[in-house]
Amino acid sequence: MKPAVLEVRDLRVHYHTSRGAVRAVDGVGFDVGEEERFGLVGESGSGKSTIALALLRLIRPPGRIEGGRIALDGVDVMGLSEEEMRRARLAKVALVAQGAMNSLNPVLRVNEQIRDALRDHGVRLSARAFEERVGGLLESVGLRREVGGMFPHELSGGMKQRVCIAVAMSLRPKLIIADEPTSALDVVVQWQIMDTLRRVQEELGAAVILIGHDMGLMAQAVDRLGVMYAGKLVEVVAVRDLFRRPLHPYSQLLIGSLTSLDRKSEPRGIPGLPPSLLDPPTGCPFHPRCPYAMDRCRREAPALLEHAPGHLAACHLYPREEVA
Amino acid sequence: MTADYVAKRFGMFLVIVWLAATVNFFLPRIGGQDPVREKLIQQAAIGGNVQAGLEDMVAEYDAKFGLNTPLWRQYVAYVADMARFDFNYSIANYPRRVLDMIGEALPWTVGLLLTTTLFSWVIGGLLGAFLGWPRSPKFLQFLMPPLLALNAIPFFLLGLVLIYVLAFRLRLFPLSGGYTAGSFPALTPAFIGNVLSHSVLPALSIVLVSIGGWALGMRAMIVTTQGEDYVTYADAKGLKGRTIFLRYAVRNALLPQTTALALVLGQLISGAVLVEVIFSYPGIGTVLYKAIRGSDFYLVQGIVFILIVAIGVATFALDLLYPLLDPRISYRRA
Repeated sequence: MKPAVLEVRDLRVHYHTSRGAVRAVDGVGFDVGEEERFGLVGESGSGKSTIALALLRLIRPPGRIEGGRIALDGVDVMGLSEEEMRRARLAKVALVAQGAMNSLNPVLRVNEQIRDALRDHGVRLSARAFEERVGGLLESVGLRREVGGMFPHELSGGMKQRVCIAVAMSLRPKLIIADEPTSALDVVVQWQIMDTLRRVQEELGAAVILIGHDMGLMAQAVDRLGVMYAGKLVEVVAVRDLFRRPLHPYSQLLIGSLTSLDRKSEPRGIPGLPPSLLDPPTGCPFHPRCPYAMDRCRREAPALLEHAPGHLAACHLYPREEVA
Repeated sequence: MTADYVAKRFGMFLVIVWLAATVNFFLPRIGGQDPVREKLIQQAAIGGNVQAGLEDMVAEYDAKFGLNTPLWRQYVAYVADMARFDFNYSIANYPRRVLDMIGEALPWTVGLLLTTTLFSWVIGGLLGAFLGWPRSPKFLQFLMPPLLALNAIPFFLLGLVLIYVLAFRLRLFPLSGGYTAGSFPALTPAFIGNVLSHSVLPALSIVLVSIGGWALGMRAMIVTTQGEDYVTYADAKGLKGRTIFLRYAVRNALLPQTTALALVLGQLISGAVLVEVIFSYPGIGTVLYKAIRGSDFYLVQGIVFILIVAIGVATFALDLLYPLLDPRISYRRA
């Protein structure tokens, strides 16, 4: 693997409510290599989007980053001042947000919104040069230059998401976080957006974290995948290996729930509901729904360990193979 | 087409004015009052006169004011008059013309209320924006309770308190009126100072009360924008706090605030009645109050018509302005 652009260690994010702390992200760690496409999958509420916001240090009260280490391009993100962090956003790590429908300010033209971003990061250009730069950005995500003069409500969902990608690439960041970038789009547009994202990534040489719950989309779009469950990473592995040999029972059930052209079977769901993060089950959070649950699973939370080269899973089913 | 949009809005404006003016015509007349007779009886009572010839005078004046003709004829004449901004004579103050009376009173009202309303809109709006913005200084939060309290007090009550404390007890400001009785209106520094010192208390009572309302409205809107994706995303873009505050939060919160301002501006004159009566301010509110008490049809009609036109113009102006503020409202789909 190429050197890591992003190192996350034991990241914990809690939302403090009147009924106690909700452990939205509970001790998550992973690396993303240069130019790597890393995916995070999991059901709603598993903490995927919270990780995205935490990486940008955009967790707002009642949420709080309780601990952990985030190193972006060798820089300790948690140690940055508020102003340094602001400058790092977009310049070092850019977000393509979920629900692009409302990500753009309805009362400003597209080019003004891109210009705001450039200007607040110290890009000083003449009006003409700005126009040129914005036009170039729009063209590189497959939009016409004239889109710059339009208001968000005059654009389709796919066009809006392209604008967001154009903004994200504007300062050539090292890392782009795409949080369900296609969640509100139809399948054809989804594919186009993913294609655009891939081209932009290759052009910039940036790493991408793609967050989503669509296993099919993930399989096509990323190199490596982290499976989230109840605020924890339960498996991290190359996509190919995950589909070939999923280790964690949750991953197995998740893949089993997909429809297939080869198999002639009804897609199966996973019985039960995800646990409350306010009061998570003891031991392994998945044990109440796990078909292989043992006594040990109820008592002891499994650690994320490497069971095969580059294949990490957090499950007691696999005997400890001390690798390191 | 923009011209098309403006034409449509203007047509709407005319229809609204006509409808309201029609109501304005019939409403006082349904009351069954007889303004001429009342005025004459009132004057006779003051003079202690016997009522000899009263009926003749009533008939004479009714004919003069056209009050003896059938209602529909009066209505036709009324519409024609209104269209020409000819409001006829005041019944109670004959032979003064209604338009002259309005013309005299209007600058006082507009001067006092327009200034105070715009002032409190700007200050209240800014205050509310800062109050709703999580990154503004914490001490601002202490302003909330007094603002809430002031907003809950009716301004005539606050006006009375101000008169008692600042004018009657401390004698800092004059008790009432628009300028010292006996001084002559002129554009001299002395007279302008005189007018200003008279306007401080009424202005203060309006500003103090309405600032709270504007602040609360703006604060609520700013808080709402916090939850909008584009504000979160603006943060993710690493925009400066000031840019997000002004161009993303305030800019969007301004839309409903502007609507509210236009509506309030339209109702400026009717809102003035109580303040002006309390402070005996020589504005249109005082004139309207007296006109209603004296069943002065023509004067009431004239003032209310001005009021209607003012509201109509405010709405019309808002219709023209709004697409500039909010691009989602287009001139085309009007």
